Amino acid sequence: MKRIYLDYAATTPVDKEVLREMLPYFSNKFGNAMSIHNFGKIAGEAVEKARRQTADFFGAGLEEIVFTSGATESNNLAIKGVVKAYYEKNKNNQTFDKPHIITTLFEHHCVLDASKSLEKEKLAEVTFIKPNQEGIIEAKTIKKAIKPNTILVSVMYVNNEIGTVQPIAEIGHMLEGYKNKSRKHKLIFHTDATQAVNYFDCDVNKLRVDMLSMSAHKIYGPKGIGALYVKQGTPIVPIQDGGGQEWKLRAGTHNVPGIVGLGSAVSMIKEQRTTNNKKIIGLRNYLIGRVLKEITESKLNGSKIKGSPNNANVSFARVEGESLLMMLDMEGIACSTGSACSSGALAPSHVLLSIGLRPEKAHGSLRITLGKYTTERDIDVAVNKLKKIIERLRKISGTVLADYYDQKTN
Amino acid sequence: MYSKKVIEHFTRPHNQGKILNPDGAGIVGNPVCGDLMKLYIKIKKDKNKKEIISDIKFETLGCASAIATSSMITDLAKGKSIEEAKKITRDDVAEALEGLPPIKMHCSNLASDALREAINDYYNKRKRNGA
Repeated sequence: MKRIYLDYAATTPVDKEVLREMLPYFSNKFGNAMSIHNFGKIAGEAVEKARRQTADFFGAGLEEIVFTSGATESNNLAIKGVVKAYYEKNKNNQTFDKPHIITTLFEHHCVLDASKSLEKEKLAEVTFIKPNQEGIIEAKTIKKAIKPNTILVSVMYVNNEIGTVQPIAEIGHMLEGYKNKSRKHKLIFHTDATQAVNYFDCDVNKLRVDMLSMSAHKIYGPKGIGALYVKQGTPIVPIQDGGGQEWKLRAGTHNVPGIVGLGSAVSMIKEQRTTNNKKIIGLRNYLIGRVLKEITESKLNGSKIKGSPNNANVSFARVEGESLLMMLDMEGIACSTGSACSSGALAPSHVLLSIGLRPEKAHGSLRITLGKYTTERDIDVAVNKLKKIIERLRKISGTVLADYYDQKTN
Repeated sequence: MYSKKVIEHFTRPHNQGKILNPDGAGIVGNPVCGDLMKLYIKIKKDKNKKEIISDIKFETLGCASAIATSSMITDLAKGKSIEEAKKITRDDVAEALEGLPPIKMHCSNLASDALREAINDYYNKRKRNGA
């Protein structure tokens, strides 16, 4: 059975060219990039080349790129590092305000939980902005939440579950109004661009962000490596102690093959983007068209217009996601769901609930994400199998949902 | 993560469907957790006047273990007397399925509760009809 991978938002295969560039740095050119000798120099040069590639892609300076272990670490460093810096700056000030963070209800768990842990430790107060029903955070909603003690705004660029694109540049522009010197606290704008890098312009000057997180394994690079862009002058301190790597902001021996892979992957995006995006948007629209037309009681979650080219998130009535995923997997199709069961949590996807879905619709959701290796045939095979499986699961669930609501109202 | 037996019952569930005019029916679960289960039973008296579950069917909206436990309870309860059927526990169902993942023991192992609901429904109906 040929397996079809439609879960590119979870991770992507390493591009063969990226892999080829990485391989020498495992065994032959194995030096520690911080060592002074020749072995170290070779590794160090590779790291600096990747830094140049990454900086070029984001329109940043070399000293503004910090390599991390991935987007989770980048996001943690961005949020906790800024709050920690705030406390360090105010340590001799008896009457300073508790810092305020604004983020959104449908961020990735690493941003949500980093914010919640600061809240729990009473180090910050946090406002979680609710997206609209289309899955968009509007700049004016952020504006309304700003307080005198707001020090950080963190909004994701593209939502990982429903693929909706947030108006980062517009929010960045709006926040610039708060960056004048009359304000007591500096206001930092961070975006988690993990799902955006493949498909959207990530020039930090156009986005007007102070910090941006990304991960290599979402862009046909290796796992375990990512980066945080930190604009010069941003008040941030390390949250991990050790060596003085990465401008003293991220201690730990450089993951040289990983960094080489990240640089290689990121440098390929721009030349491939136009053709890839066009192809993937075409396939996505074909997929959505077929699913909504051929499967009754199916509904697209998020926004078709303001959506990422690779994402289709659909809810099916009277079907549960884990069952759906397992049956698809038995047929060789790999997707993802917002059902609680799949994640081991008790509640369904916080993203789908945040845009107003009823729990049963969130449990019955399927996330199909395409990539540069997806073909029209893959989509056809997947949709044909999906149709049969939905039919089968709906037969098994019968009228139990309607009966449940009848019983409740009687 | 799932045992072979769970996969078997999930992919080819037994006694799936509705019973028209059942003697008892019970719904358990809720849409927030994602698992909803309905059991239908038909009761007959055997020659010793014992009440026997002569037919049992289920409809389930839920994950693989919710479907598998539904299927399993129908196998375990079919042909049993009501008194015997009432004694079937969650653990019995899980054991017959060669185990369930720990997280599923609580949320998706509702079949024995559904059976008890269906039996209670039968008792209530009998009381109403008998009165």
